[in-house]
Amino acid sequence: MSSIAIKGVRKAYAKNAVVHGVDLDIASGEFIVILGPSGCGKSTLLRMIAGLEEITGGEIWIDGKLVNKMEPRERGCAMVFQNYALYPHMTVAENIGYALKVAGVPKAERAARVAATAKVVGLEAFLDRRPAALSGGQRQRVAMGRAIVREPKVFLFDEPLSNLDAKLRVAMRAEIRRLHRRLGATSVFVTHDQTEAMTLGDRLIVMNGGRIEQVGTPAEVYNRPATRFVANFVGSPAMNLMEGEIDRHGIFTLDAARRIAIPNAIESRLVGHKVTLGVRAEAARLVAPEAPGALPATVDFVEELGAGRVVHTDLGGVSFAVAISDPVAPGTGEPVGILIDPADVHLFAQDDGRRIDLAAPQAALDPAA
Amino acid sequence: MEKRATFSSTTIGLLFVLPMLVLMFVFFYWPSGQALYWAFTLEQPWGGGNTWVGLQNFRQLLADPYYWGAIGRSLVFGLGSTTIAMGLALVLALFTDRELRGHKAYRSVFIWPYAIAAPALGLAFRFILAPEAGFLSLINQVWPGLWNPALDGKDAMIAVIVAFSWKYIGYNFIFFLSALQSIPRSLTEAAAMDGSGPLRRMWDIQLPLLTPTLFFLLVINITESFQDSFGIIDIMTQGGPARATELMVYKIYFDGFKGLDYSGAAAQSIILMLLVILLTIVQFRFIERRVHYK
Repeated sequence: MSSIAIKGVRKAYAKNAVVHGVDLDIASGEFIVILGPSGCGKSTLLRMIAGLEEITGGEIWIDGKLVNKMEPRERGCAMVFQNYALYPHMTVAENIGYALKVAGVPKAERAARVAATAKVVGLEAFLDRRPAALSGGQRQRVAMGRAIVREPKVFLFDEPLSNLDAKLRVAMRAEIRRLHRRLGATSVFVTHDQTEAMTLGDRLIVMNGGRIEQVGTPAEVYNRPATRFVANFVGSPAMNLMEGEIDRHGIFTLDAARRIAIPNAIESRLVGHKVTLGVRAEAARLVAPEAPGALPATVDFVEELGAGRVVHTDLGGVSFAVAISDPVAPGTGEPVGILIDPADVHLFAQDDGRRIDLAAPQAALDPAA
Repeated sequence: MEKRATFSSTTIGLLFVLPMLVLMFVFFYWPSGQALYWAFTLEQPWGGGNTWVGLQNFRQLLADPYYWGAIGRSLVFGLGSTTIAMGLALVLALFTDRELRGHKAYRSVFIWPYAIAAPALGLAFRFILAPEAGFLSLINQVWPGLWNPALDGKDAMIAVIVAFSWKYIGYNFIFFLSALQSIPRSLTEAAAMDGSGPLRRMWDIQLPLLTPTLFFLLVINITESFQDSFGIIDIMTQGGPARATELMVYKIYFDGFKGLDYSGAAAQSIILMLLVILLTIVQFRFIERRVHYK
């Protein structure tokens, strides 16, 4: 078990910067998920921790040791690759035991540890097979086994589940979680899948364009997105965002017919400014068009999700999704009303997209707090 | 849009392949057939009829210690040049693979030797390795007489092996390099994470995954050493000194065109051809199927 400290780490290929100054502290035994769209630099960051990618600037400390110049093998990390990267000419047992062989562990002890690891990942019956004779899920397990057999200080996962089918992915997700609870090693897991991120991580790091957008627990990231990007990226369906002005009465105005009163906005610095207002699809309610306080909208189309439905509407030229559990959804083109509780509203600055918290009891904005 | 043309009649198809078939017949099947015929007859050197002698030519050859000597030398030459050409090519490829800047330039530079005709190459090496004026004359200045391929059979063999290897290093290098690059990067990275250093990774991961290429090149190199060596031998040593570099292919030429023993030379060609066919079968049947990983 060990902690990781990342200080101002940058990465550039020639003149092309892909990671711009990342600062991060990972506590010992923590499960960190780095979430972001493809090309945001998350894998690069992971590979810099692993030692597979040279660090252009900044420092990475593992367990209180500066590892910038260390070879991967000296850093004590194990990594699970996206394509598993199993050695095709070795059997499952040899794949799992390779690290031990390199480390010069005696044959008998090696066999015992490989057997024990195979039991943990459920591969006892396949030890003599070559990777080519395994299914995707089994290969994934071999990759996991190869990582855990060395009892590393740090686990690194580079989108390890993205090649599996949906059902297997859920199962492996649970298994990784269980494994982490059992081994307690510090883990860094990179993914672009927000469900994976939300379910696995003790803390999430949301990255975009080579920068960290937000660091927080899954609930924090979901309930109090720090930027417009995070608000839009985390959550399915994505958070509804609309641009408008806050008038001197502290009312957000999309157009004459669609206004939302913002608590504590009167007299605040926001009056007269343009802002982006965000509402989660789950927080809005669908009501009759004539209901008091409802914003008038028309139904665009309805997405059936089985357990619920997402009604996509046209709110004065802005598309707005509302999640409902009601089995009966309105038809396309029907006029509806949307009711938004001002307490569920998120505000983001127009220029840098940062979250704006108005001086108010936090509980009003954050139901989880 | 399918761009493949299909012909309803076989005649048109046959007409299209006819030029190639004619070429193959004139330059391959006809001479081979002729050689096969000559191998079983006794051919008069100045023409004028021949006699069917059955296997007598072969019997005579196999009883001839000089012929066995040529076979032995061919093996020494083949193994020597293959080892050098493949070994050096592999080392070059392994190190090129790690730092890939300008690999396109490497590729074209290393393939050039293969494009040089064997006699031209032989001539170049004859100058380079000349004991009195060449690059190695420096050694002779320190230890007089140490290097002289014109007198010392071993020196002569070394000289032709070096020249031949030089030609094939580039060829092998291209194959090794492309095979190395088809190994997913993540495999070597995984091995690095497993604690394996660069040399250990080459040995444990890259080399085993190169085995198909390794065996392919082994067969190609040995086959070519049997056939393609003629030009180099002819220019550099002409089989000498005292037959020290007389390989099977050179002996065919010498016995046939210098000794005017057409029948004996034809029988030797048949034996050499069988050897090459055998190696090719090994290549296709055995190796291509066995040494593959998925």
